Amino acid sequence: MEVQSWTFLLVGLSFSLYIGIAIWTRASSTSDFYVAGGEVNPILNGMATAADWMSAASFLSMAGLISFMGYDGGIYLMGWTGGYVLLALLLAPYLRKFGKFTVPDFIGDRYYSNLARTVGIICALLISLTYVAGQMRGVGIVFARFLEVPIETGVYLGMGLVFFYAVLGGMKGITYTQIAQYCVLIFAFMVPAIFISIQLTGNPIPQLGFGGKLADGTYLLDQLDGLNQELGFHQYTSGSKGVVDVFAITLALMAGTAGLPHVIVRFFTVPKVKDARISAGWALIFIAILYTTAPAISAFARTNLIRATSNIPYSQVPEWFNHWEKTGLIAFEDKNSDGVIQYLAQPDLNELTIDNDIIVLANPEIAQLPNWVIALVAAGGLAAALSTAAGLLLVISTSIAHDLIKKQLNPAISEKKELLLARFAAGAAVLVAGYFGIHPPGFVAATVALAFGLAASSFFPAIVLGVFDKRMNKQGAIAGMISGISLMLFYMIYFKLGWFTHSIPPSSSWWFNISPEGFGSVGMLVNTIIALAVSRCTPPPPTHIQQMTENIRYPRRTETIA
Amino acid sequence: MKKYWSYNLKYLFILLTVWFSVSFGAGILWVEELNKIRLGGFKLGFWFAHQGSIYVFVVLIFIYVWLMNRLDKKFNVDEN
Repeated sequence: MEVQSWTFLLVGLSFSLYIGIAIWTRASSTSDFYVAGGEVNPILNGMATAADWMSAASFLSMAGLISFMGYDGGIYLMGWTGGYVLLALLLAPYLRKFGKFTVPDFIGDRYYSNLARTVGIICALLISLTYVAGQMRGVGIVFARFLEVPIETGVYLGMGLVFFYAVLGGMKGITYTQIAQYCVLIFAFMVPAIFISIQLTGNPIPQLGFGGKLADGTYLLDQLDGLNQELGFHQYTSGSKGVVDVFAITLALMAGTAGLPHVIVRFFTVPKVKDARISAGWALIFIAILYTTAPAISAFARTNLIRATSNIPYSQVPEWFNHWEKTGLIAFEDKNSDGVIQYLAQPDLNELTIDNDIIVLANPEIAQLPNWVIALVAAGGLAAALSTAAGLLLVISTSIAHDLIKKQLNPAISEKKELLLARFAAGAAVLVAGYFGIHPPGFVAATVALAFGLAASSFFPAIVLGVFDKRMNKQGAIAGMISGISLMLFYMIYFKLGWFTHSIPPSSSWWFNISPEGFGSVGMLVNTIIALAVSRCTPPPPTHIQQMTENIRYPRRTETIA
Repeated sequence: MKKYWSYNLKYLFILLTVWFSVSFGAGILWVEELNKIRLGGFKLGFWFAHQGSIYVFVVLIFIYVWLMNRLDKKFNVDEN
């Protein structure tokens, strides 16, 4: 069968599976809609969290990014997994004990103030909206590349599907479709990786093949270091970023991951504190399967790519090269007109440009795998993008229906009306996300990467201090969150978007040599210091709040202490 | 009850020290020195940055779960 028929078949099958699950798991109460009734099995919740968390970027772009960055790619690997340690140890069990529906709920109740709640809602919306637009765009791109339909059509299809199960099923529907989506995406990611590992190193486990020997007896990584150096790149196992920046980016990604509202909310869906702890462990195992395989794919793919193209006459390139040339993801410009491809680090001599995404997308073809494997990658990419989009849409709808309307504007609203409102808000959020997916504003691409910085500089310190510092009061928390997120926004607009200066300032003018991606660490530090300072100069929180802070520290205890 | 919390903080401190040492330590700050040591086909510092720290993270969470479940029972605050 042709690749395209296989793609239609596998994507069609996976979509009908998601729709079937959505019908089977309709939500009937607000508790179903917001937190799946709070009765999800911890292992399944771990799987759903993994799918929720791993977006189109993790699935399609990360391995490619690392392939070109080498050692520096470790910032993503460590940053996006290390955050789960913080989540499991510092946040998840306490938030589960607190036992409400959302992150602004915790902020609003713990800091006994609707102003704090509103700041929380704004942060949640800011983070989720920028993130979801990128996911919708991702859905459109996968459709466009594999099914050769326009990007817009792909976005409409994705919107229709997410609309169906997010609006109908709420958190309950999303949880069970995410479990199915995890299975699809991990299978799609592992199959090509295993095949390629066997081809190159004879070892079926990619994590071991990564450190294994090639057919000629030399280690893969040594050969890759050599190849990179020959072409003028830095060694694959060494980096080109400064140590301070690598440190700052890793920290910002870790704290950001732990502060993302759509990830945190998943820990409200399990029955007990104990389950919340172990669920974070399962989530990280399911994530680690992909995250330890990705750097192996990066190294395999880079070796294959250099061997297949460097100093090869253009007339003899493999078939996949011509195929992906049409999509613009790989391009050859014969600068010295010798008909041979020169792939070099020096920009004025280099004749080959390669898009990051091609590493995962074209990997099965480069390794000459059967057509159904190529189609599987398409289904996997869609599963990754759709599962993350659905989780984000739910945060947006909950923020509006629950945090804004039920908790502030109209507390008397009936449960039935609130549920209807939540569905309506989810529907509206799908439309907004779809609009941004079709007409992506220039800043979306930049802000998706920075959503982590925003989460790190706003929610993460506010929640950790709320649990571990009983003396923290509303004045401190609000001042901290506002100063942290404003500083982060300022730095991002100044150095990443260049709106104040009409051109993007050079990296030499960064503060403390920290890139905008890593600045969330500074925002987080400023948030914490200001929160602590302000709280110590203002009155302590009321007794019942101190009692609440005390209570969330123990899995079973609700009685008051004298 | 004060004791339960101080045990919890002690566990957190130890586990987070390990968390910091494998990622920020072995994977970033000491990477040059560790790269002189080899682990099969890997340079050790590079291995920590691309593989090792992730494995340690998983183990850390499960150790934490085990420690806390034991502590909950000891202080009779477990949910059942």
